Amino acid sequence: MVPDPAFFVIMVAKIVVVFGLMLLSVAYLTWLERKVIGDIQVRLGPMRVGPHGLLQPIADAIKLMFKEDIVPQAADRWIYLLAPTLALTPAFISFAVIPFGDRIRLFGRTIDLVITDVNIGLLYVFAVASLGIYGIVLGGWASNNKYALLGGLRSAAQMISYELSLGLSVVGVVMLSESLSLVQIVNAQSTAWFIVLQPIGFLIFLICAIAETNRAPFDLPEAETELVAGFHVEYSSMKFAMYFMAEYANMITVAAMATTLFLGGWRGPFLPPVVWFLVKLFLLIFLFIWIRATLPRFRYDQLMRFGWKVLLPVALANIMITAAFVAMR
Amino acid sequence: MTEARTMTINMGPQHPSTHGVLRLVLELDGEIVVRCTPHIGYLHTGMEKIAESKRYQQVIPITDRMDYLAPLSNNLAYVLAVEKLLGIEIPPRARVIRVMLTELTRIGSHLVWLGTHAIDIGAMSVFLYAFREREQILDIYEQVAGARMMSSYFRVGGLFADLPEGFEKTVRSFVTTFPDRLAEYEDLLTRNPIWIQRTKGVGVIKPEDAIDLGLSGPNLRACGVPWDIRKSNPYSGYEQYTFEASKGSHGDVYDRYLCRIFEMRQSVTIVRQALERLPDGPIAVQDPKLTPPPKPMVKQSMEALIHHFLLWSEGFRAPAGEVYQSIESPRGEYGVYLVSDGSNKPYRVHFRTPSFVNLQSLPRMVEGRLVADLVAIIGSIDIVLGEVDR
Repeated sequence: MVPDPAFFVIMVAKIVVVFGLMLLSVAYLTWLERKVIGDIQVRLGPMRVGPHGLLQPIADAIKLMFKEDIVPQAADRWIYLLAPTLALTPAFISFAVIPFGDRIRLFGRTIDLVITDVNIGLLYVFAVASLGIYGIVLGGWASNNKYALLGGLRSAAQMISYELSLGLSVVGVVMLSESLSLVQIVNAQSTAWFIVLQPIGFLIFLICAIAETNRAPFDLPEAETELVAGFHVEYSSMKFAMYFMAEYANMITVAAMATTLFLGGWRGPFLPPVVWFLVKLFLLIFLFIWIRATLPRFRYDQLMRFGWKVLLPVALANIMITAAFVAMR
Repeated sequence: MTEARTMTINMGPQHPSTHGVLRLVLELDGEIVVRCTPHIGYLHTGMEKIAESKRYQQVIPITDRMDYLAPLSNNLAYVLAVEKLLGIEIPPRARVIRVMLTELTRIGSHLVWLGTHAIDIGAMSVFLYAFREREQILDIYEQVAGARMMSSYFRVGGLFADLPEGFEKTVRSFVTTFPDRLAEYEDLLTRNPIWIQRTKGVGVIKPEDAIDLGLSGPNLRACGVPWDIRKSNPYSGYEQYTFEASKGSHGDVYDRYLCRIFEMRQSVTIVRQALERLPDGPIAVQDPKLTPPPKPMVKQSMEALIHHFLLWSEGFRAPAGEVYQSIESPRGEYGVYLVSDGSNKPYRVHFRTPSFVNLQSLPRMVEGRLVADLVAIIGSIDIVLGEVDR
């Protein structure tokens, strides 16, 4: 069977549009974060480059590209070079299975607004997202810097502790929707969003998601005031930028996941589906930024205790209750 | 192959949370601090030696640069010491203004501590809020002295100049808005579970140890030792003000935090009382051998011109002897030990700076704790490296 050539065209177009937008939003997320935090902290944030600093991300990108790229002498060269890529790639490709709109009709064809609807989409996202940790651990290790090593170690410990609860927190959703495909999960929320049926699951997911993305109050791997910059202390120029982009891309991905799994994905009245998706995404990201501006940082051991002794049991209990509920239905 | 059990790590002198150029050599077992050795001297400027070649009034700007977060407290300790040596009493107006401004200095210094301490633990917004408040205090400095940080407003024998117009209004508006703002910061931190987890039971020091190590100020009071020089050895008429010394009980980072917050509130009440009782009158001793004559006089009276010339070329002579004067600076006991040989310059000045002494308690507080605690503890001791190294 000869594949439909239009299929490839549509596929490539979708990939280009989604990743192009993703790159742009990663850049503008830095701007948004600086503006929102600036506002919370009674200052203006970037104002000089363009109106309200709107061109700041572009200026930053240019600056970072032209910065000297330093590889420390004692570094493990190849791993050092590989690590940022390892962090960035998973952050971007996990977005491939997230549906960002209903199917639309264009030029007489039906197009699903998702790059690809894999029937194990959820599993795929988790699998790929956990790969990102290699970038951080290897980066911390290969820099041959003690601060970076501590940052990498913290990161590894943190990811292992929180990945588990993250995975368990969505089991309830999977049970209710009876599918691992993200498209199916969105469809299953046509009557009620899963945040209503799974409020505890949502909370655990949100907390773990913040921990997964290494953001405050779980930003231990890069705790500026303790480890200077943590795992990326030796990185400069574009390699530094790649870690940064990975962090923000991860933020978008987890926010998109939370939207898809708990907030009904693109579903909503009146407005077009894509707009609904973006609105929910934005609100979650705003929440992340808000949390960063407000809360102090956890300590390493407290973080572990919280993950293993609070989140994990609660997530397990949540699964039990959901299972009982589903079985009785 | 030998197995390395611990890792030696160098923290500072360039590190975002060693509050200046403190260098710590840490021996870590995983993330647990096994040994912590502070190294100081990166900001040594030889201030005590410089002071020996300066006339008495000229030393004042040097003291500004020691504890650069509380310049007026340093000024006060020094001028009180020289005044003690000279055996003079300054006019009441000058005394009240000194108290008011040093209490404002205490608030300003504690605000910097609060902001940096909070950002060390990760609550970064508090940092900017605290600096917004401090800005008002710097504006007050600017009003009275023209400089925002190194104000050098006090002089031996009184003050540099009288308060400018509108000063009272600025201070009043500050003391009315500030307590509410402080309550907002407390909302962000005092009952925040993460903040409590990070600070309660961390960096505990027993009262006996604290006394043995010579701790003073909020660090000592947080252990439950009620020792405040403003109460025990009042100076500048502190005995006439109603206020309470802060008091903690556990001697941990959280209690030190509460003590300083409490002190800020108390300082506000002292400033209010000072505003109420601010008397009229001269702002400096009326002794032409000590304080300069009014500027218009210099252009009319021969006598005034000579006094002016002498004060600016030779200064004044202090009787031979030695004095020690200590004050309660925002960081603790700030003492000035002054030896005079009867000339116009101090023979020897020693500054007993609280940060230097408080810093030596750091190893005892951090050993056995995590790196993250180390940062919280350094912040809670509230050291200023300019003062440690002098």
